[in-house]
Amino acid sequence: MEMEKFSYDNRIVRNFAIATMIWGVVGMLVGLLIAFQIYIPALNFGLPYTTFSRLRPLHTNAVIFAFVGNAMFMGIYYSLQRITKARMFSDLLSKAHFWGWQSIILCAALTLPLGITTSKEYAELEWPIDILIALVWVVFAINMFGTIVKRREKHMYVAIWFYVATVVTVAVLHIVNSIEIPVTLFKSYSMYAGVQDALVQWWYGHNAVAFFLTTPFLGLMYYYLPKAAGRPVYSYKLSIIHFWSLIFIYIWAGPHHLLYTALPDWAQSLGTVFSIMLIAPSWGGMINGLLTLRGAWDKVREDPVLKFMVVAVTAYGMATFEGPMLSLKNVNAIAHYTDWIVAHVHVGALGWNGFLSFGILYWLIPRIYKTELFSKKLANVHFWIGTLGIVFYAVPMYWSGITQSLMWKQFTPEGILQYPNFLETVTQLIPLYAIRSIGGTMYFAGVIIGVVNLFKTIKLGKLEANEPAEAPAREMVNLATAGETKHRWLERKPLQFTLVAVVLVLIGGLIEIIPTFLVKSNVPTISSVKPYTPLELQGRDLYIREGCNNCHSQMIRPFRSETERYGEYSKAGEFVYDHPFLWGSKRTGPDLHREGNKYPNVWHYLHMQDPRQISPGSIMPNYAWLQENDLDISTTEAKINAMRTLGVPYPAGFEKIANDELMKQAKLITDDLNKNGAPVTPEKEIIAMIAYLQRLGIDIKGDNPANLKGVK
Amino acid sequence: MYKEVLKSISGIEIYPEISLVIFFVFFLAVLGWSLTLSKKYISRMENIPLEDDNITSSENNIIAGGVK
Repeated sequence: MEMEKFSYDNRIVRNFAIATMIWGVVGMLVGLLIAFQIYIPALNFGLPYTTFSRLRPLHTNAVIFAFVGNAMFMGIYYSLQRITKARMFSDLLSKAHFWGWQSIILCAALTLPLGITTSKEYAELEWPIDILIALVWVVFAINMFGTIVKRREKHMYVAIWFYVATVVTVAVLHIVNSIEIPVTLFKSYSMYAGVQDALVQWWYGHNAVAFFLTTPFLGLMYYYLPKAAGRPVYSYKLSIIHFWSLIFIYIWAGPHHLLYTALPDWAQSLGTVFSIMLIAPSWGGMINGLLTLRGAWDKVREDPVLKFMVVAVTAYGMATFEGPMLSLKNVNAIAHYTDWIVAHVHVGALGWNGFLSFGILYWLIPRIYKTELFSKKLANVHFWIGTLGIVFYAVPMYWSGITQSLMWKQFTPEGILQYPNFLETVTQLIPLYAIRSIGGTMYFAGVIIGVVNLFKTIKLGKLEANEPAEAPAREMVNLATAGETKHRWLERKPLQFTLVAVVLVLIGGLIEIIPTFLVKSNVPTISSVKPYTPLELQGRDLYIREGCNNCHSQMIRPFRSETERYGEYSKAGEFVYDHPFLWGSKRTGPDLHREGNKYPNVWHYLHMQDPRQISPGSIMPNYAWLQENDLDISTTEAKINAMRTLGVPYPAGFEKIANDELMKQAKLITDDLNKNGAPVTPEKEIIAMIAYLQRLGIDIKGDNPANLKGVK
Repeated sequence: MYKEVLKSISGIEIYPEISLVIFFVFFLAVLGWSLTLSKKYISRMENIPLEDDNITSSENNIIAGGVK
């Protein structure tokens, strides 16, 4: 039998590697900036485009989709070719995938600072970019499945399963969560509202962590760790169990993100149970990774690649132990909305994804450039400064999270809140934020050292763009072996395998999603809850544009400490017209769900101009441009129509008079502001923002003047 | 408040029950599956990433009639 000669495409691997490094630096630099902004408000520079609330989504998107995304593709394109003994299916598709993905990142980098956002976390990009993401993802899928189909290696190594699960599940998640009605080219409303929107969003959010940040990297771990250690994985059987139970359980654990919010108890309990079960497969994977190094620990002392991988796998173990713990109701009651969650995700992002990515880069770049790493010493410096950076990041954030939570909940012996002023609980944290920014700087310095080292390595060598290889021809691949087990049959057939994986993911998804759709018709309606007026609706969209939800929640949990501080706890029926929901996930500032009628209009006017003239010591950025910019009312009609399509009961013909109503309400607020010494005219954005803030949560307080005529 | 929402959905408790049963059955099936795998197959699989470039697999050679 003749051996077939072919070549591996290293150029595409190199391209993704360079993109990983560049976007890694960019994403972390933005992260560093917001880490300083959070305690030095002057660093927001008074510009909308550089303000924390717009940059925070830019940071998360850049790190997740640009840095980790490109690292994932780099790792997959290198390993998939070698474990299938085949070149990628199509060089053209590889290129389309690469440039398509970079253009999505570029769109994100432009639109997010401009305030073009859906507000749904890790799904902030607006609908035209959502479509582009779907298309590029299909290109990636075709390229991957094409390669698997034309492979020369009969068996599908476990890493491929993780890649397949990633491709399929991310597609499902992205599509379901992105169903939205376009209003203009840059604005859409989520099809779901309130509780339902929150359920879909966190079903997405949780599983995006699972299938974008976890499963592909586990696949990479199962390839690169044995490669770097020079020995096979500790237990292949464990990897099989790891894979199937992980994809099967992970998808069901979404509701734990909504614990203690207006979500049915059973869904919360289900999420908790499955989250706890997740420890089993996650730790199975971690142990499998670490035990692969049994008897090779002397190598770990020598080889920076293995050092990075060991810390990465350990961080994975810590984060996946912590995750299920956080889903316990009593732990979640303390951790939710606090910096604890920030610490948790950064152990995952900096440790697991970041260190595994750099471990792979250090291993891979010298190989495709046929040279040695420029400096092992620098790689070790990167390793140590990066590890210390993670510690200096995570420890102050855990500390801050617990401090924050305890202060929120502290009552005096007389039974009143000990820290009734939210600001006290913020200023307390500033030293911890400062230490965190030092930790971030250390990690970033490590990354810079790493990138310099890798670019020096690239200069030393020459890219072997097409690496020659040979393997037996593919005809024999399809010959069945007598007496094979079902699993072997399955893992030889990519199509069947994918189908089984899809069915599993869908069963889990459906069991969670069906009740989600039942929720809609089972949220008790509250007759006093009315749709937003046109001005409030425009104000709400400004709230979304400015990213207020990045620091302020709109979900008061049924705890005494919260009802004392904020007022009546939030009811599911209050959110029925909220497309999208704006519950938030972090309280850097106080909850705003009962903000309406709490302060006079002029308080908000001055507070938006410069929060420190109202609340000395506040860390909130200035939003002074709201007082300069005119509100764009050309979209009002389209917005009312879109909302009506989504089931919001605006009366027939209301869209035609909506702008008249809007101006009427704007004049009332303006008059009040003028009377109190704020020189402002009704067409300014600040008026709409104040209208929205003053509406928040008042419907069930009974003091909504029902200013929307004709609405039942 | 949640409980009222819940009670109004008839038969809702079936979902978590079904999901638990499916999971355990599935988990046991995978466990059983992995135990039936032969040593030869396992060692073949776990070595896939370690074979580099031009080295061909023994099993493929056997199927191909032992040609190397």
